[in-house]
Amino acid sequence: MTDLASSSPPRAGWNRRLLRWMLYAILGLFALYYLLPLFVMLTTSLKSLEEIRAGSLIALPRDVTFSPWATAWSSACTGIQCEGLRPYFWNSVLIAIPAVALSTMLGAMNGYVIAQWRFRGANLIFSLMLFGCFIPFQVVLLPMARLLGMMGLAGSIPGLIFVHVIYGIGFTTLFFRNYYVTIPADLVKAAKVDGAGFFRIFWSIFLPLSLPIIVVTVIWQFTQIWNDFLFGVSFSEAGTQPVTVALNNIVNSTTGVKEYNVDMAAAIIAALPTLIVYVVAGKYFVRGLTAGSVKG
Amino acid sequence: MAPILDIRNLYKNYGATEVLKDINIAIEPGDFLVLVGPSGCGKSTLLNCIAGLETISGGSLSIDGRDMTHVSPKDRDIAMVFQSYALYPTMSVAKNITFGMKVRGVDKATQARKLGEVAAQLQIEQLLNRKPGQLSGGQRQRVAMGRALVRDPKLFLFDEPLSNLDAKLRVEMRTEIKRLHQSLNASMVYVTHDQIEAMTLATKIVVMKAGIIQQIGTPAEIYNRPTNLFVADFMGSPAMNLIPARATREGAATRLEIARNSGPPLVLMDQTAPELPDQIILGLRPEDIAEAGFRSGSGVQEAECLVDMVEPAGADTFVVTSLGGKEVTARLHAETSARARQHLSLAFDISKASYFAPESGQRLN
Ligand SMILES: Nc1ncnc2c1ncn2[C@@H]1O[C@H](COP(=O)(O)OP(=O)(O)O)[C@@H](O)[C@H]1O
Ligand SMILES: [Mg+2]
Repeated sequence: MTDLASSSPPRAGWNRRLLRWMLYAILGLFALYYLLPLFVMLTTSLKSLEEIRAGSLIALPRDVTFSPWATAWSSACTGIQCEGLRPYFWNSVLIAIPAVALSTMLGAMNGYVIAQWRFRGANLIFSLMLFGCFIPFQVVLLPMARLLGMMGLAGSIPGLIFVHVIYGIGFTTLFFRNYYVTIPADLVKAAKVDGAGFFRIFWSIFLPLSLPIIVVTVIWQFTQIWNDFLFGVSFSEAGTQPVTVALNNIVNSTTGVKEYNVDMAAAIIAALPTLIVYVVAGKYFVRGLTAGSVKG
Repeated sequence: MAPILDIRNLYKNYGATEVLKDINIAIEPGDFLVLVGPSGCGKSTLLNCIAGLETISGGSLSIDGRDMTHVSPKDRDIAMVFQSYALYPTMSVAKNITFGMKVRGVDKATQARKLGEVAAQLQIEQLLNRKPGQLSGGQRQRVAMGRALVRDPKLFLFDEPLSNLDAKLRVEMRTEIKRLHQSLNASMVYVTHDQIEAMTLATKIVVMKAGIIQQIGTPAEIYNRPTNLFVADFMGSPAMNLIPARATREGAATRLEIARNSGPPLVLMDQTAPELPDQIILGLRPEDIAEAGFRSGSGVQEAECLVDMVEPAGADTFVVTSLGGKEVTARLHAETSARARQHLSLAFDISKASYFAPESGQRLN
């Protein structure tokens, strides 16, 4: 890039630089556009209510206060209870972690079988799973409620885990299957000749190769499950609601004045885990999505 | 001795397509069998059937007298080297080689001892801690060999193990595989589409085309007495000259008349040929056509030919002329005085001739 620029005549160099700056300007503008709401949320959550009423929306806080955060975390009212987000946050953790782990593991197994053990009907099953990815959730709410009721899981956290695992399998299978089809079939043959069986080959050869796609799947599933509202609101009861439902209740509870700063703090708290996951593992996400075949 | 591998009337179909048809092969302990044929003729499929990685659709297959129809690959006492090497990417070289023993529950001490032996044999001791991704093509090839050798199996299976190497390395590894075969006295089945590899390595060659065995024999038999036009054309480089000719009987001898673009036809006499049909294909290897005066024997006859092209190739010089409407290549010594577009007297050794029927392609003598 720099070589090209320095070896071309000065005029072309200037054009190139101009183009580059325009690109930066446009990208910067878009970044600003997306970051502005976050900025407003953050500043608002650090202001007192008086300051919010007095000042402008995008002004920086004059007196930084963390009390809205404390309120949002432990004492905001979600209806008749006033315990803040905390219990619901933990509900979400208890739902998301097992559901992500289970759906990822099942997806890996399914993908491995469909990609490398080409049994009769494998393509049909894969097509059905793909179809499952595109069924609108609203369609299944009632049947799923019946099913959970019959299983004795209605309104419980295991019930929500079950729902998320089932609805995750389509996508996780797709991810792993597409990753595993790029692995040469000779690898399985060699392992078979070496005496390894179905699970041994999966465990010793495929799983160690899978880190990039595991990261992709975990991020995807975690984001889906953590941010889910529809299943959360449909299949939970008073003590088992996830954080998204609680956030909605805090924002919509209409007792007294509207506490914008608490709402903002609560929203950030609810969004924080997915943000952190992206910041920590985001570069693996991109890398995993573009990871190519494995050369023996 | 009982055959180590005995294949009888084997068929393999994928759905409606027959990939292997009526395969019959038997090899003795210590044999080096090479399956050779053009790409897509079913060599890998046959090897996979032997390994148990593909089921067979008909016939039987036994290894060391034991029927293998319902035996899984791991219980066939075989080892296999793949064209892609198929090394386990996340395991070190040492782990790659010992994986099979680990799976089978061989104790650690034995694993280490065998690993040491094989690493020394293949001179890969300094690579044991590397991952396959950090190895060159030739090194990966050695590791793949090591993984097979460490098994000490009844039967080694190779699927084009050298085809991903560059030319020089390929020749080196070819020699090494041959040496291994001799020192281990192991039984091997080796797949290649490279007829030179087949000739140099095999004690027995199977030539295949479109899922059908064309000929089985020693390299010399295949080379000197190809059973049909396909084998004649496929084996040998440059290929055997296949020249259309008219055969007529003159007493005990056969008179072969070969048309030429200009001038009178070339006439060769064969004193020992059997009864031939009127139209035949005469097969002569390039080395059976020499410069006049450099070849003697009862069947040698000389004739003037117009040289179209001269191709020096180091040790030999190839001279191309035209006979019976076909390009005909002669293998001459390096110091030949042959010049393009000049006449040259060539010596045809008709005692080495193969005769084929033009329609069926079958050998006639
Ligand atoms: N799984 C399969 N399904 C259908 N056809 C196959 C399959 N595997 C191989 N074939 C066909 O069988 C023929 C022989 O293949 P192969 O044994 O790989 O040839 P070779 O190793 O001699 O190049 C080819 O025509 C190929 O298309
Ligand atoms: Mg092949």
